[in-house]
Amino acid sequence: MNSPMNEPLVVLDSVVKRFDDFVAVKSMDLTIGKGEFVAIMGPSGCGKTTTLRMLAGLDQPSEGEIRIGGALMNDVPPHERDTPMVWQSLALFPFLNARENVEFGLKMRKMPAAERKKRALEWLDRLGIGEFAERNVATLSGGQRQRVALARSLVTEPQLLLLDEPLSALDAHLVIRMQSVLTKLQRELGITFVYVTHSQSEAFAMADRVVIMSQGEVAQIGRSRDIYREPANRFVAEFVGRNNILSGKVSKVSGGRADVATASGTFSVEAGNLSKDNEATFVISADLVQITRKPVKAENSVRCSLISEEFIGSVVTLFLESADGTEFKVQLQERELSTLDHGEGDEFHLSWPAKSAHLLLGEK
Amino acid sequence: MKESASLKWFLWIYIGLIFVFIFSPIIFSMIFSFNSARFPTIPLESFTMHWYEAIWNDSDVWDAAKTSVIVSSCTAVIATALGFATAYSDFRYNFRFKGPYLALVLLPPTIPLIILALAMLAWFSKIGTSGQVYSIVIAHSVMTAPFAMAIIRLRLNQIDENLEAAAWNLGASEWRAMKEVIIPFCMPAIISSLCLTAAVSFDEFAVSWFISGLNKTIPVMIMEIVTGNIDPRVNAIGTFVFITSMTLVIIAQIFFMTRPKEAPAQ
Repeated sequence: MNSPMNEPLVVLDSVVKRFDDFVAVKSMDLTIGKGEFVAIMGPSGCGKTTTLRMLAGLDQPSEGEIRIGGALMNDVPPHERDTPMVWQSLALFPFLNARENVEFGLKMRKMPAAERKKRALEWLDRLGIGEFAERNVATLSGGQRQRVALARSLVTEPQLLLLDEPLSALDAHLVIRMQSVLTKLQRELGITFVYVTHSQSEAFAMADRVVIMSQGEVAQIGRSRDIYREPANRFVAEFVGRNNILSGKVSKVSGGRADVATASGTFSVEAGNLSKDNEATFVISADLVQITRKPVKAENSVRCSLISEEFIGSVVTLFLESADGTEFKVQLQERELSTLDHGEGDEFHLSWPAKSAHLLLGEK
Repeated sequence: MKESASLKWFLWIYIGLIFVFIFSPIIFSMIFSFNSARFPTIPLESFTMHWYEAIWNDSDVWDAAKTSVIVSSCTAVIATALGFATAYSDFRYNFRFKGPYLALVLLPPTIPLIILALAMLAWFSKIGTSGQVYSIVIAHSVMTAPFAMAIIRLRLNQIDENLEAAAWNLGASEWRAMKEVIIPFCMPAIISSLCLTAAVSFDEFAVSWFISGLNKTIPVMIMEIVTGNIDPRVNAIGTFVFITSMTLVIIAQIFFMTRPKEAPAQ
């Protein structure tokens, strides 16, 4: 796994982007290492695409500096940058065939026709669509056009590839396949990928580091696992989903444990820096919660009734409610569920050890 | 919903009648152009190519045809270039007063022809260029540029808005992207616009009549022939004009109907 401490390729230094009165990006700092795969993720309107467009030179930062390979890029026009982009709409040229689309970047670099044809065909072959080289792009399937778009961006062998939700238009089974194509290419080529997506599964599956953005600000930067297990704040905890978020006042601190009085009861967490009467918010991943019919001896437990359930493949998420109306989520394997003999409205006991609770620092 | 059979019949008859009203005079004119009689009456006399020979050997007709061809081709190129520039500025940029700007561009077709013709005549006389071929070209370009713009604008509305940015992103300067992406994408509309503006200019009578002076275009010449004279040559000339215009309009329509191919489902 690449660490962010690689030689930096892309540096965003206090970058701000305003459109008239609207602030799309608020003071963003981000360093991306050479050969790193970084995903920028967030809900729509969070500024992730604007960030990508600034890297491509399609938008200029209002404040701050963008450096790529050490050079200040703020005012460099798009065509003088080497930052090809894979577009959400693919933006293939409809009046050119697949090969001519791939050749476009080489043509702009004034490469002789024979040489660029050879290079384009090599790339189409490499992506497994060599046989469609002379086909009109409109006659290709979604997956094939996706590969043409990738070949078109990679044929110039850039240091940095920008991807703007490239898989969002594909069927689910193709998404998984393209994910492996992308990660394989990225490893082989050692190119830095900056990948914008709203899909958590894409980001977490592929990226070395994930940047979560919210309302123009970076909410958290980290490895997938860290973001999933140790969200930095309530926004991230809610955005990555399937987290139980509880908050309350610390009633007692002793033996490295703090008791937090929440609306659903008093729960103990690892004390950290907490002291009595602090406000504390903590999360417990839904998959770390144990669910039983009968009360069990545990550090924390709460009685809930079942509201509904949701299946995604073999994983089931149960939605429950405690006496005060707080929602709890429990995630378990479908085969575990069958031993539970559950029905809607049934009463269950949820329990988890104190160490499973993760404190959100900086949240009240 | 299935439409009723009677409504369907009614619509077909309605369309048929429209075609009869529009085309029957033209078809009669065509028929009489091959009729040996001097007056357009039925029953027809014998078949003849006499009237076509007469116009073929008439140098006035040739001069008028030459003027018309020069005027319509120059008009087509200028109007299409203007129309493209306007459509592109609308597609690419947002600016203050864009609404009034577009309204102004689309204004000429709303002005009654006679007013436009008189204004043009007054203006060209004032600056001393009345009766020149290029004056007709200028007048026709003003009149037809809005059509060119409308056609090209429709095409630009169908473009993936990232297409031009994708070209920049791959190393094309703005001019290069224009040449490599925008113009090829708009080519069907550009050809359509060239044909349509040429056809409008070729057929245009009122403005030409006011400002053409000695450089008569074909419609002006037809008017002069039919004024106070019955001459079956106009049937022959009319047939030629009709076929020319229809050809241009049909070509324009074929290119205008070109749509970007829909991507097949995966």
